[in-house]
Amino acid sequence: MSDWSKAVSAGFKADGTGPTGSRGLQMEEALSFEQDAPGRTGVDLPEPPTVKDRLGGLARKGAIGLPGLSEPQVVRHFTRLSQKNYAIDAGLYPLGSCTMKHNPRLNEKMARLAGFGDLHPLAPESAVQGALELLDQLAHWLKTLTNMPAVALSPAAGAHGELCGMLCIKAALEAKGENRHRVLVPESAHGTNPATAAAIGFTVEAVPAQANGKVDVAAFKAKLGPDVAAIMITNPNTCGIFETEISALADAVHAIGGYLYCDGANFNAIVGRVRPGDLGVDAMHINLHKTFSTPHGGGGPGSGPVVLSAALAPYAPLPLTVHGKDGFRVIETPQASGEGSKALGRLKVFHGQMGMFVRALAYMMSHGADGLAQVAEDAVLNANYVLARCKDVMTPAFPGYCMHEALFDDRFLKDTGVTTLDFAKALIDAGYHPMTVYFPLIVHGAMLVEPTETESKDALDAFIATLRALAEKAKTDAQHFADAPRLTPRRRLDETGAARKPVLRWRPETVQKQAAE
Amino acid sequence: MRFSKDHEWVRVEGGVATVGITTYAQEQLGDVVFVELPAVGKKVKAGEEAAVVESVKAASEVYAPISGEVTEVNSALADTPALVNEDAEGKGWFMKLKLADAKELDALMDAAAYKTYTEGLH
Amino acid sequence: MRYLPLTPDDRREMLAAIGAASVRDLFKDVPAKVWQSKPVDLPMHLGEIEVDRALSAMAARNIPSGQVPSFLGAGAYKHHVPSAVDHLIQRGEFLTAYTPYQPEIAQGTLQMLFEFQTQVALITGMDVANASMYDGSTATAEAVMMAGRVTRRNRAVLSGGLHPQYRAIVETHGKYGGFKVESLAPDPDGKEDAAARLGDDVSCVVVQYPSFFGHVRDLKPLAEACHAKGALLVVVTTEIVSLGALESPGAMGADIVAAEGQSIGNGLNYGGPYVGLFATREKFVRQMPGRLSGQTVDADGRRGWVLTLSTREQHIRREKATSNICTNAGLCALAFCIHMTLLGEAGLKRLAAINHAKAVQLADKLAGVPGLSVVNKSFFNEFTVRLPKPAAGIVERLAAKRILAGVPVSRLLPGDAALANLLLVAATETNTDRDMDALVAALREDLR
Repeated sequence: MSDWSKAVSAGFKADGTGPTGSRGLQMEEALSFEQDAPGRTGVDLPEPPTVKDRLGGLARKGAIGLPGLSEPQVVRHFTRLSQKNYAIDAGLYPLGSCTMKHNPRLNEKMARLAGFGDLHPLAPESAVQGALELLDQLAHWLKTLTNMPAVALSPAAGAHGELCGMLCIKAALEAKGENRHRVLVPESAHGTNPATAAAIGFTVEAVPAQANGKVDVAAFKAKLGPDVAAIMITNPNTCGIFETEISALADAVHAIGGYLYCDGANFNAIVGRVRPGDLGVDAMHINLHKTFSTPHGGGGPGSGPVVLSAALAPYAPLPLTVHGKDGFRVIETPQASGEGSKALGRLKVFHGQMGMFVRALAYMMSHGADGLAQVAEDAVLNANYVLARCKDVMTPAFPGYCMHEALFDDRFLKDTGVTTLDFAKALIDAGYHPMTVYFPLIVHGAMLVEPTETESKDALDAFIATLRALAEKAKTDAQHFADAPRLTPRRRLDETGAARKPVLRWRPETVQKQAAE
Repeated sequence: MRFSKDHEWVRVEGGVATVGITTYAQEQLGDVVFVELPAVGKKVKAGEEAAVVESVKAASEVYAPISGEVTEVNSALADTPALVNEDAEGKGWFMKLKLADAKELDALMDAAAYKTYTEGLH
Repeated sequence: MRYLPLTPDDRREMLAAIGAASVRDLFKDVPAKVWQSKPVDLPMHLGEIEVDRALSAMAARNIPSGQVPSFLGAGAYKHHVPSAVDHLIQRGEFLTAYTPYQPEIAQGTLQMLFEFQTQVALITGMDVANASMYDGSTATAEAVMMAGRVTRRNRAVLSGGLHPQYRAIVETHGKYGGFKVESLAPDPDGKEDAAARLGDDVSCVVVQYPSFFGHVRDLKPLAEACHAKGALLVVVTTEIVSLGALESPGAMGADIVAAEGQSIGNGLNYGGPYVGLFATREKFVRQMPGRLSGQTVDADGRRGWVLTLSTREQHIRREKATSNICTNAGLCALAFCIHMTLLGEAGLKRLAAINHAKAVQLADKLAGVPGLSVVNKSFFNEFTVRLPKPAAGIVERLAAKRILAGVPVSRLLPGDAALANLLLVAATETNTDRDMDALVAALREDLR
């Protein structure tokens, strides 16, 4: 029985929408739960062999409540849902700090090779030598690109990698018998930096940026002392600027016995051209889904390997892949001595995001050392091109060239009645995913544009023309922006209502009615 | 009524102080979606975090403007956080405190001083 | 380079528009001494054919579970994934979209997540679920930290039936995050009394269901004991298919369920990416980590979905966030959601029944091998057998015969003589009678 049929109205609406609410290729789609027919299924499984159950008297009683749909319904359901999403495959996705670059399909094919995709994580070592070789190869590429001696592969995403890197710092300090509790973070940092440091008991202190968007080295130095465990810095920073003074900062923090953590979220801007190990970095996570093109997948899975300096390398969490006499070995349990004996513990079950490792290595091998350097150059060139072509009608937050992302503030919208959010929503109606807005927090009404290296000049020219047209339109037609978006599957959604009375799951109509009464 | 620099207000009646956030504060926050209130019986010191108020895009700590023991909290805010927007300095009150030290009130601003203070924030 | 659209002419024109003489000028903030003017010491770019050849050669050196009789489990399970799942998750609109921060053009992901949250809540028997975590192991650590926030207590008791690597992760978080962890001794017989460890400082008891050793125990008494002492019961499930056959954790009194969702929709992938499931009671929702999709209406009054309650998250709360996590496992959650939708009520129950029946058949066959005994009285699709000699050696010898016999307990819990002869064996719908007979025959021969 379908609740959905009740949603179908009798005739056409005034705007030309048909009885189902669908308009052309914009298909309305009910929840799967509203398409239920009891007993229907999208799989054909054989009758189970008859056995006496050994479920300890805990066999499930009663219904679970899942709907029954056939395969054609399921395929149509998710195809229709997919069509409500913007995606890199559909168009330019200039979401600053997220590095939404093209996701090569070779990577997908490689990750699905049975030898990787259908490999059990606890298969005996003799059955996984190729997988361990892949881990070793990936580690080699990451270490070489960063000029760092070690890498911990297991963190599941960038924030998890941050946690790993900061734990390595904490473990190293504990090994020295030092109890340092302060961590200095620039005000412009991504929210994960302070969240990570606080999660493991550090006291976070924010340090203001200079007017040019760079860290204030003098302000950092003034705060350094014997109780400082680390400085966390992003380079290139969240304003899209390379921190020229990072080596001085590294020297200063090393001089007082602390460590330099680098957030590698923006590694794409310098890959193949600058090696963080040359800058004095002790730990840096690398978001494989950014720089190395593993798909963002609607919000994960990510992968966040952490490269480590010699000082931190012994504390890397388990597991470790090592070269043995007869091939590769895995160290996955605490060791009394030798490699892994100082490991800080474990952060993730098994060996990390193998599926992402395969994709990232395929990407690196495809580009090679030459192609990766070109990636950084083209990413920076594309961003500067957008900056240069828009700076007369929009307002760059900082003067000069940028790195891989162009940062604008909202001064160009002053007195127009149009907000940064409105501007972003109008961009949607013009066929683009908006840039990152209101981040970094230190820039008023921030708009952070990261085109990435996989956009052609034609695509950039079209995007620039759109930005310019919107900047012009803002001067005369604020309503256009306030009403945007109009052309999307849904218009602006009531986020206040959603947060005041959270509805976080579907419930059958009868239950919903009871709750309302 | 007295006001703090962190945008809380206090109204004292018979040794009991009613505390909330100011109209100015709710305007800055936007639509309030959730208020986390302290447990009744909790003792708070002036300047300590006593509650959290959340809008869609921000969460702010609410500090106790004066010291005291929480005797009552505004349970209506659980279902209707919008009261904070509609009537911040009335029905949108957060908690009542049994006053520990009435002299602390002297450190707070009166309405005129608070008005001048908020105007200086723009 | 096939992924880079700019031509040399484009680059020249763009530099001219920028007013820069060279690309190096754009990098003027980078000091000369750290600029790599030549390619770093790695191979040059390759075409699809060469990359495919090199990686395929590596893949060929592994033994995939689908190509041999395989009985490996211990937190990762070989299941059949319907063909439609992999087709749908590779649609670019899902694969190449980002976190749904602009809800007007991300309703596909948001509606899917709402359906996913509903599925997870129903299967676990809980009120609400989040939009997924990295995997079951990290979800478990997050559950323990959440229990600490809810109860404001700082000692967690971990059952000896919890996966040893999950336990190690919680211990690592405890060691550096400032809470105490009491790990009970490994419990291969499924008889421990975790309730005895309760005290006024205990935030939660973490118990795995079915346990790492496969046992299925009624958790109601433990839940009651926890609640009587003001502690939460955290239930961990590493084989989510089991909940198609077993009473749900929610029905037994669980306060938080942290589970691994890999079995539904996701391949083995040598351990990741997987999908963490996280569910709890309504009253704890604001202490729950992770993203949430919530229902609302748009400006025209039409039903839609947004990310909600995001003030719990790091990008707003910074050092006061409920967790430092900022991503979920979107695409793996999608795979889970599609597979679960294909299964439906009838399909999930049947899949679970087949898994259990196969395991019962395998246990009976193995019980006939001289010298081998089945430890478990109760189990779902995985159980522990005791062998007359160390399990690790047997597993290596059988692997040489291309049979993946199971996971030796000593691999995850080394150095304990009492565990050295124990082997975890799992059976799923993918195992045939012939697979089982091959295992039995090989074990008979090895134990002769």
